[in-house]
Amino acid sequence: MQIKLLLKLAALLISLIILPVKAEDSVPSEQRVAAFAGAEYWQVIRQGENGTTQSSTAEAGNLINVQGDYWRYWRNQWITPAGAFAVGGTLGLLAIFYLIVGQKKLDAPRSGNTIQRWSRLDRANHWTVAILFIILGISGLSLLYGKFVLKSVMGDGLWASYMLACKLAHNYLGPLFVLGLLLMILRWMKHNVFNRTDLTWFIKGGGIIGNAHPSAGYMNGGEKIWFWLLTLFGIAVCVSGLILDFPNFDQVRNTMQWANLVHAAGSLILIAASLGHIYIGTLGTEGALEGMTTGQVDETWAKQHHDLWYQEVKAREAKDTV
Amino acid sequence: MANMKFLCDSKRCIECNGCVTACKNENEVEWGVNRRRVVTVNDGLPDETSISVACMHCSDAPCMAVCPTDCFYKTDDGIVLHNKDACIGCGYCLFACPFGAPQFPSKSSFGERGKMDKCTFCAGGPEEDHSPEEKAKYGANRIAEGKLPMCAEMCSTKALLAGDADKVSDIFRERVIYRGHADGAWASNGSAEELAYDAAQPKA
Repeated sequence: MQIKLLLKLAALLISLIILPVKAEDSVPSEQRVAAFAGAEYWQVIRQGENGTTQSSTAEAGNLINVQGDYWRYWRNQWITPAGAFAVGGTLGLLAIFYLIVGQKKLDAPRSGNTIQRWSRLDRANHWTVAILFIILGISGLSLLYGKFVLKSVMGDGLWASYMLACKLAHNYLGPLFVLGLLLMILRWMKHNVFNRTDLTWFIKGGGIIGNAHPSAGYMNGGEKIWFWLLTLFGIAVCVSGLILDFPNFDQVRNTMQWANLVHAAGSLILIAASLGHIYIGTLGTEGALEGMTTGQVDETWAKQHHDLWYQEVKAREAKDTV
Repeated sequence: MANMKFLCDSKRCIECNGCVTACKNENEVEWGVNRRRVVTVNDGLPDETSISVACMHCSDAPCMAVCPTDCFYKTDDGIVLHNKDACIGCGYCLFACPFGAPQFPSKSSFGERGKMDKCTFCAGGPEEDHSPEEKAKYGANRIAEGKLPMCAEMCSTKALLAGDADKVSDIFRERVIYRGHADGAWASNGSAEELAYDAAQPKA
């Protein structure tokens, strides 16, 4: 009994004397050693410092890619809803406009005489770019919005095949669109330089409503805006698209995230604007579409919509006959 | 239901790459694909730190949020899986993932990506459990057998922990207390103290 008590007392004494000393000694070194990857470590990781790794996959040394979350935020929280509003809103406004104002009719009956407006090469270029634009637009919209709408309608099997077709069409037709668009920009730029006539055209609102017919040359102010939108955003969409389309040049994730944001925003703006272009060129204006299908427009239409160009053509004809 | 998570204890990881090897062998993943990798920062210096990383089966998974075909799904155990039949290889999951987990094995012309492959927490895919199709596309399905992922099971230092989040964090918390560090696990933030306090209590 006494021995046991003594032992217990001894143990207590030892623990009272030794343990605190031991703890005090160990604190600095243990703190250094025992900290799980500490604040400094995570700061380094966040700054994107690469470590070493045996994996040979691209960017494998990067433990955490912080920018991915920003990309997700901008794509999902801003571009996706904003694009839906832009495209849907434009479509809605055009429908309302058509119902209220209706088609812009020819002022006078057709003269029966036509003049050449677009050459065969112009038309081939236009329709190549137009058809590719529509295919790329539909496949691109499906990639962004398809899962909210089409997935439940199509069912798993069809959905998977459709989306694969969208990606393949997008990837392989994209570069052809780039070529077509560049050719169009180069060939038509000379028609699209802004001048004083366009200023009055804009002030009069392009004569969209009512019977005002502001003067216009070969291209009017609105057409020129569409041209420069296509040039500016079109080139941005093409460049970013090519970055995304060819991942075999070792471009890093962060580059592709940026390219994706530029690509989505730019193309949604173009899709919204293209709806206006398509409306004006087809339903919206009597006699406009034939210029791009047959290449010929009626003189009545030319006088009404492009009076300065009409006078130019007539003056040239008069000169030639004399 | 469990909420499955990985946790890698950087104080125990010795960069042996045993987890990488175990994963490749168990899942028979394609040549050149690493579902799991070990990243070492400050290699060879006194503060050398290694962490084994793969898909972390996020609660709010970025890959799931950005996938155009919506091919990801979450199991009842909180494991993020995907349906390769619906994957079109766009690479968006790779753009969004913080951990670089999605892998794209086959490259066709112009660097076009094949179907994405990633860690499944050894839980296979949407096909029938243990079917040849599942095995070929996704690898092992140990979860269906009541087993944990091979990488963690094979970890020689038990640095890599896998399992229900509560259990994993209990084990880790105990280690942190044993090490006696005032900051707990993850540096000096507010939650670290709580972490230390909880574990000091006797278990119910």
